[in-house]
Amino acid sequence: MIRVQREDFDVGAEVTGLTKGMHGIGGVCSFIGLVRELKRRESLEAMTLQHYPGMTEKELLKIEDEAHRRWPLEASLIIHRFGRLELGERIVLVVTASPHRKAAFESCEFLIDFLKTRAPFWKKEDYGSASEWLESRNVDDHAAERWIE
Amino acid sequence: MKVLYFSWVRDKIGLDGEEFDLPPEINTAGEFIEWLKGKGDAYAEVIAASNTVKLAINQEYAGPSHPISNDDEVALFPPVTGGKG
Repeated sequence: MIRVQREDFDVGAEVTGLTKGMHGIGGVCSFIGLVRELKRRESLEAMTLQHYPGMTEKELLKIEDEAHRRWPLEASLIIHRFGRLELGERIVLVVTASPHRKAAFESCEFLIDFLKTRAPFWKKEDYGSASEWLESRNVDDHAAERWIE
Repeated sequence: MKVLYFSWVRDKIGLDGEEFDLPPEINTAGEFIEWLKGKGDAYAEVIAASNTVKLAINQEYAGPSHPISNDDEVALFPPVTGGKG
């Protein structure tokens, strides 16, 4: 399941909803991404996430399908927010559920690594009066590359 | 053809998107990029960064040899930066 939304999400409620009645699930792994302070600029107030409606959903579904192809998953969920997000707010949720923990851990990491390099989202950092678009990071490409079969 | 811009490409061109009538001799994504360069300084600047600017055709990533037509939805944008902060 994937969702692209402006509003926040409740991690507990999402996990409960995803796994309810699915008794083949033995382990659930979740990743929650937050807006954090940046070391190089102290005055970050918030960031604004722009995305490409339509393509975003397509890319997220493709990445999710790929995770289900590689690991024996019973359920999965990706929620990605857009719009203005203040420091400390949740940006993204990835949840994977499988009979055993190894598949849940690995696929969760795979999903967040791939999402960062494929899903059409762009972050703009807001510093009070000024704002600037964040450059993509090579380190993210490398994180995704190790999953290439 | 519908063309959409995102992130700093949108800021530089000053439009969310626009409609173009593609000349019949433009048949690939690479030819489209070259053609777009001639639309003005802002376009040329964006294309000059084309080692970083990405292209999607009908909401799928596309390389320079990808076929292109007047019915397509095309998007130009920098490398993506989603995920955690």
